[in-house]
Amino acid sequence: MPASPAAAAKAAPSSDETPAISVKDLRKCFGDHEVLKGISLEAHKGDVISILGSSGSGKSTMLRCINLLETPDSGEVRVDGELIRMKPTRDGHQMPADIRQVERIRANLAMVFQSFNLWSHMTVLENLVAAPTHVLKRPRAECLEQAEALLKRVGIWERRNYYPPHMSGGQQQRAAIARALAMNPKVMLFDEPTSALDPELVGEVLRVMRSLAEEGRTMLVVTHEMGFARDVSSKVMFLHKGEVDSVGEPKEMFARPPTPQFKQFIANFNK
Amino acid sequence: MDFDFYLSTMWSVLKALPLTLEIWFSGVAIGLVIATGLTWLRASGYKLGEYFTRGYVFVFRGSPLLVQLYLIYFGLSQFDFVRHSPILWPILRDPMYCTIVAMALNTAAYSSEIFRGSLRAVPVGQIEAAKAFGMSAFTRFRLVTLPIALRLALPAYSTEIILMTKATALASVVTIMEMMGTAQKIQHDTFRPIEVLTCAGVIYLLLNLSIARLFAWVEYLLSPHLRPAPEQSQQVKPVPEVL
Repeated sequence: MPASPAAAAKAAPSSDETPAISVKDLRKCFGDHEVLKGISLEAHKGDVISILGSSGSGKSTMLRCINLLETPDSGEVRVDGELIRMKPTRDGHQMPADIRQVERIRANLAMVFQSFNLWSHMTVLENLVAAPTHVLKRPRAECLEQAEALLKRVGIWERRNYYPPHMSGGQQQRAAIARALAMNPKVMLFDEPTSALDPELVGEVLRVMRSLAEEGRTMLVVTHEMGFARDVSSKVMFLHKGEVDSVGEPKEMFARPPTPQFKQFIANFNK
Repeated sequence: MDFDFYLSTMWSVLKALPLTLEIWFSGVAIGLVIATGLTWLRASGYKLGEYFTRGYVFVFRGSPLLVQLYLIYFGLSQFDFVRHSPILWPILRDPMYCTIVAMALNTAAYSSEIFRGSLRAVPVGQIEAAKAFGMSAFTRFRLVTLPIALRLALPAYSTEIILMTKATALASVVTIMEMMGTAQKIQHDTFRPIEVLTCAGVIYLLLNLSIARLFAWVEYLLSPHLRPAPEQSQQVKPVPEVL
């Protein structure tokens, strides 16, 4: 798919299967400030979409609107074809019509946060087991077994009985990724997963993310890691001032920036 | 120094310790229940609930416990409907119950403020993570918000509980012969205030010391994540081979 300006966002690749995530015309204001001015996005199974943009471009807000950590003012979000139903509030905004539905959908969309947000009073293992046992109601023994396997995979099994504050940022973020994986999510949302890390710890987290991409996980990644966006993702989306500036195939986008804004953006990074 | 007098006084005051503990425990326990209700009311988001709790805290935190105790013990019985109520009168004619009621109402005001503060201090990210993983409001509260808020509340709440042990001494002014009441009686009988009050003071001190230690222990148990990391605490810095 050729890189092209905003219009391309709607021209999703022709496919019969239901998109894993479909966002249409998302709008969100914080007070007078319009953060999202009608964003659309489609992610199919196996897509790894890097969402780029300078700070304040609305990329994190967009991600947080997908799992309803922020409530969009208008627009629709579909997960696996299922529309998240909204109802109007008295003050003219909207809210989820059925919080149970939102909780059910959230359980399918594991999120990895910029500041890890591991539950600090639980050990790593407890962090991994909490949601699968209490939300998915899976047997604890089975969850523990899976948790240990996941911790081995991200390379911090030795730290399984540690509390989050006792680990480095990179270890915490890998634990947070393992916690997300423990939910067997359909889609993984990454909200600037490496931005809070010391430079020398970024690599270990990116390696884990790359291995997830390679096994065909569906991922939406808000990031400032240009290398990851260019080399690992299957699609790059560039937001500018609350709008989709451009979308496209990563190699193409970086080789021939479709818009002056994107060109400027990557130029700033290469400085 | 008259050791025998000290010993006999100590013994007499100690015999009143169970009564002091009874007042203290009942007051704190009932107060905790009321405080939980108040905190819930305040956090529920209902405007009416918020106004009520603010008013409650304003009144019970803003006036002396002694005034509240007098109002409940001497004041309420002035009203006919209280004296004729089959529920209120058995409670309010009894100085012991009056003290417990006054203490419970008073500590509930302080405790609810402590709980409100600690609930607000739970990091947003911790709650967001719970939301993002699909936890329902109740599960979120049980697994994340409450355990964290509890740990945050403990230091301030233990102080409030210690204040309450000292407040039990006020029961003596409404004829209860708990430790302070007993001490005062001995003092009046013997005219030896230094010895008698020292004895009472020492017992209160030891009592509060054990309460403080108990809370410190609970705090310690609940916060392994705030202690030094396992191997860091034992780690010895390796000596450089080449110097």
